[in-house]
Amino acid sequence: MSAFLEIEGLSAVLAGTGARLLRSVSLAVDTGEVRGLVGESGAGKSMIGKAVLGILPKAVRVAEGAIRLDGHDLLAMRPADRRRLIGSVAALIPQDPLTALNPSKRIGPQITDRLVDILGWGKADAQARALELLGEVHIEDPERVIGRYPHELSGGMRQRILIASAFAAEPRLIIADEPTTALDVTVQKQILKLIGEMQAHHGTALVFVTHDLGVVSKVCQSLSVLYAGKVVEDARVADFFAAPRHAYSRALLAATPKYTDPAASLQPVDPSVIEAVTAEVAVADREWIHGR
Amino acid sequence: MLSGSLSVLLLRIVLGRLATMAITLFGVAVIVFVVIRVVPGNPVAMMLPPGATEADIARLNALYGLDKSIPEQFVIWLGGVVQGDFGTSISTRQPVLDLVLGRLPATLELSIFALVLAVIIGGVMALTGTRFRGTRTEGAVDVANGVGLSVPDFLWGLVFILLFGVLWPIFHISGRISPALDLPFVTQFYVFESIVRLRFDLWWDLLTHMFMPALALAIPLAAIISQLLKQSLKETMHLDYVVLARTKGYGENRVIVGEALRNAVLPTLTLIGVQFTFLIGGTVIIERLFSYEGLGNMAIDAVINRDLPLIQGIVIVFALIFTVVNLIVDMLYAVLNPRLRHA
Repeated sequence: MSAFLEIEGLSAVLAGTGARLLRSVSLAVDTGEVRGLVGESGAGKSMIGKAVLGILPKAVRVAEGAIRLDGHDLLAMRPADRRRLIGSVAALIPQDPLTALNPSKRIGPQITDRLVDILGWGKADAQARALELLGEVHIEDPERVIGRYPHELSGGMRQRILIASAFAAEPRLIIADEPTTALDVTVQKQILKLIGEMQAHHGTALVFVTHDLGVVSKVCQSLSVLYAGKVVEDARVADFFAAPRHAYSRALLAATPKYTDPAASLQPVDPSVIEAVTAEVAVADREWIHGR
Repeated sequence: MLSGSLSVLLLRIVLGRLATMAITLFGVAVIVFVVIRVVPGNPVAMMLPPGATEADIARLNALYGLDKSIPEQFVIWLGGVVQGDFGTSISTRQPVLDLVLGRLPATLELSIFALVLAVIIGGVMALTGTRFRGTRTEGAVDVANGVGLSVPDFLWGLVFILLFGVLWPIFHISGRISPALDLPFVTQFYVFESIVRLRFDLWWDLLTHMFMPALALAIPLAAIISQLLKQSLKETMHLDYVVLARTKGYGENRVIVGEALRNAVLPTLTLIGVQFTFLIGGTVIIERLFSYEGLGNMAIDAVINRDLPLIQGIVIVFALIFTVVNLIVDMLYAVLNPRLRHA
């Protein structure tokens, strides 16, 4: 049986310059699997999520490759069908809860809008579903909160609401794009726990985009390590933390701060490793250009 | 759908504004009163035939109270205004208040019709430009905005008279309503009353008179609305909640109208408030151009005749309209922007 989400040889280029932002990325996420996408800023980890959800910036173009969601080839579909499919089987938990809710709409409709508008639910069913979801994400007094506006709620509460909204239509894949980066540390832990809890409860496949290997070790079963838009390692989490295969992965792991000794463990990635991996990327680029 | 907290906020805005409105109107009254008395030109000299004696001039001056000092005249006039008496027009010898109220509805109907046209034209252009951003259609919208912004309203008026009044006489180019018609109206709000009375024949006649002056007034405002709304829509389209809505399965049109528009419209609303007052100012020339019997047309006659009480009355009414428009904008802002509530 094939995986729920399959990405095969996906390359994305910046329109105009032709620079490659994703370099023949391949990865698969099974139903119920939690996969981490790890890399530095600019490694392209968010870009993969955006490509799957059809929200790449206008300046970025998919040059080759395939994205299959639930067996459908997304890039070959008509845009309207693709939007509908994505809206009904996939969802996004965005990075910044302060900007990801519409400031002029009440909370309730923002959780259930896709149920009503895309999946054709009745208003009363949607309302009941919103209350149920707010309970699931541990929000006190859901009846009061669905009538509130985003500015009346804290960042942590807003992220809970965005999680509720992501799970509203029982999606089979959720892409969490650094969902805790914009929150303060105590709230981060709660949100991380909540996402794990919701994922386990609903059995949703989850792609967890993060730069934090510590988070990956707690939440994920597998991970893909990205450098400059290229997957340098794809491994089970247990295997990875026991013995990372790629030199860049080892360097990244070594650079993760440890709570036991934060000062000594704060090390930048070894420049010779960066040099080696950059050379590797350059070779891949030459082959790619040559092959076209 | 007005919630309790919203009504309270609206009431607070109105009460908070009453004091500043009174001060503004007083300031306007002082300025116009003094200015029209210190600039050259004497109403009495305009009324008397050549060869009038010094005694005749002094007698008329005394009759209209123009022999007193300006502060004294102001106090007398203000005392009347407080009691609803704006004085008597020098040129027509009728009460100023009756004259102004008789013409005000015509100007209000024209300005509001122009505003509606501007919002529709500007809104459609902004939405079209946003929907087809990055294409030639957006380029065409930008060019149209540029033309609309750079040609003043009275020039549009002249162009329309030439095109649709003279070359292809589709519209009436003069007056408010065809003089031959029998008018059943009891108020001066002809357009409004013709709809209430279901007299669509009269309504159509009014509309064909009003359309060209209103369009001339509307075009510059439409261009401003289009430009600003398109700009803020474009910025809003990149915001996280709009991108999130795309992942929910919404198409482009729904994303623009359902997610972006309400938030993008707020800065435009403020600007419409300011620009609408300019539009009302523009009625002075446009009404003259189309011989439309409104307040603006009367203002020009009043200035030509140095009819001091009438000028004062008209200016006060214009100032009152401006302050009320700003008040309405503030209230709309509170309705549309939930962040202003519970403040």
